[in-house]
Amino acid sequence: MGPMPARTLAQKLWDSHVVRTGDAGAEPDLLYVDLHLVHEVTSPQAFEGLRMTGRHVRRPDLTVATMDHNVPTRGGVRAADELSRKQMEVLAENCEREGIPLHQIGSRRQGIVHIIGPELGLTQPGMVIVCGDSHTSTHGAFCALAFGIGTSEVELVLATQCLPQRRPGDLAVNVDGELPIGVTAKDIALGLIGRAGTSGGVGHLVEYRGSTVRGLSMEGRMTLCNMSIEWGAKAGMVEPDDTTFKYMERRPYVPRGSAWEAALDYWRSLPTDANATFDHEIELDAAQLSPFVTWGTNPGQVVPITGRVPNPRSDTDERALRYMDLKPGTAMADIAIDRVFIGSCTNARIEDLRAAARIIHGRHVHPQVRALVVPGSTTVKRAAEDEGLDLVFKAAGFEWRNAGCSMCLGMNPDILAPGERCASTSNRNFEGRQGAGGRTHLVSPPMAAAAAITGHLVDVRELV
Amino acid sequence: MMPLDRADVDTDQIIPKQFLKRIERTGYGPFLFYDWRQQRDFVLNRPEHEGAAVLVAGANFGCGSSREHATWAIRDAGFRAVIAPSFGDIFRANSFKTGIPAVSLTESQVRHLIDLAGEDPTAVIEIDLEAQEVRGEGFGYRFEIDPFVRECLLKGLDEIGLVEHHATAIADYESHRLEWLPAVK
Ligand code: SF4
Repeated sequence: MGPMPARTLAQKLWDSHVVRTGDAGAEPDLLYVDLHLVHEVTSPQAFEGLRMTGRHVRRPDLTVATMDHNVPTRGGVRAADELSRKQMEVLAENCEREGIPLHQIGSRRQGIVHIIGPELGLTQPGMVIVCGDSHTSTHGAFCALAFGIGTSEVELVLATQCLPQRRPGDLAVNVDGELPIGVTAKDIALGLIGRAGTSGGVGHLVEYRGSTVRGLSMEGRMTLCNMSIEWGAKAGMVEPDDTTFKYMERRPYVPRGSAWEAALDYWRSLPTDANATFDHEIELDAAQLSPFVTWGTNPGQVVPITGRVPNPRSDTDERALRYMDLKPGTAMADIAIDRVFIGSCTNARIEDLRAAARIIHGRHVHPQVRALVVPGSTTVKRAAEDEGLDLVFKAAGFEWRNAGCSMCLGMNPDILAPGERCASTSNRNFEGRQGAGGRTHLVSPPMAAAAAITGHLVDVRELV
Repeated sequence: MMPLDRADVDTDQIIPKQFLKRIERTGYGPFLFYDWRQQRDFVLNRPEHEGAAVLVAGANFGCGSSREHATWAIRDAGFRAVIAPSFGDIFRANSFKTGIPAVSLTESQVRHLIDLAGEDPTAVIEIDLEAQEVRGEGFGYRFEIDPFVRECLLKGLDEIGLVEHHATAIADYESHRLEWLPAVK
């Protein structure tokens, strides 16, 4: 046998999960799924489909469910509206019947699906992970091939633990250099989307590489991978290294003892081979990045905080300006805000809360602003309280809530009123995303914290 | 044809979140483009386009959230196909599962269809999956489609059944998985 051709990590992950190679283009490859994450919103019709066809979940031991989108972040399940409650009940019934472990509202490990996977050590390098949710790309930070699927595919995976897939292209994003002060992983993502456009990644598996990415914490890598879908990528991944292994050590589901050693050997074989090639590459100079903020209604409509609302270059831009009620030429830092949301699967991990708390410490939320901190999971909430972060936020006038998706999409009681303007650490500024008529400006946690204090969008570097 | 001359239409617009709380697979039609429909002159409200069976839209249609409710809503509102220069990946996959082919044409071909639908709301086009062609009076535009997807659409194949057919290969794969991989029992 000749030497193995050089492969990207995406190719290695793909190859190791092919149950059956598709025949000469007529059929896609059949991939095996190592972990299927389930939440209340995109699963009821899939379980119903199984029931109607007399099927059952093939691998309940490789399936984990949580409640996140609908959960009220205060007042418990009783605070939910009737339809939300029903959806949560249906998930509980489905999990009960099929033997799927469920992290219910109010339980110790409940949280946003993409936060609890890594936190529990369920997310590991080399795995294929799917979920009926587009931000499944988050798990790619651990070098998992992780992507979102629709409800019909959820049903297919529940029934067979497999998914027919065509191999997407390989795209490398090389980020090199030192991040300037005040610039975070969120700003790398926003800067990248501004550059590549909202469909720049479509049809590709992205590998984030380079010295800047290697220097990011796992939290930062998760933020970066989380937003892969915002520029259309199928998945985003980072090679595993000591930062990865250190984060994973001793989490509940990671292997122990000799299995840990064996796993480490395997994980160390995953990075892209030295002479492997990508279909496309994008270069980003970290030193050129600054804290970014979106002005429009998609994440590609973004400028540095020191910039101004741009002149419209398309119908889409014009519509966005109207919706956001902004005039070209306005300095971003002159835009007053009503609400601040620190939360979501993009930026509600412990490091995000620490970064926001550092800005807030000893200061007070502007009287015109209502500000909310929503930890991404119950575990994050506990950790933050152990460090006293909750006290910092509360003393400053922030509301401190229970874990959930909260105002990222407002399927629960946390929503913007029409016309309200919000600095948000979430990932989507689509029209109405945080509430019909609400206006969203995407920023990093320190930027959101700074906006809460000053009452307008502001360069966080002025406050540090 | 229903001409929706907008790019980057995300699934939050196609079906806003408040309608994702239903646990059924049908009944989403009235909520399609719910927020935009509040404006009287929005194209879906115009009587001349009533009964349109093909939605024609700008690039990157269906980006964003994975909600299959978006394709259910399009189907329930009476559409049988969507044409755009490009689509979000998950939306495209969902549209095929829902039996609503997402057909990619070039920017200029889509522009032609949008203009045509605007000028003549009664203009009729035909989407021929077998021949992979969109046809109208005086034009025929070829499109590419995954051959497997095309088969499934044409024959109405049950994909779960097809995968179950490979039970031996699946069981064989399972017997070789790395033993330290996490399981939750
Ligand atoms: S936090 Fe927002 S983006 Fe993340 S899973 Fe929840 S709703 Fe989706």
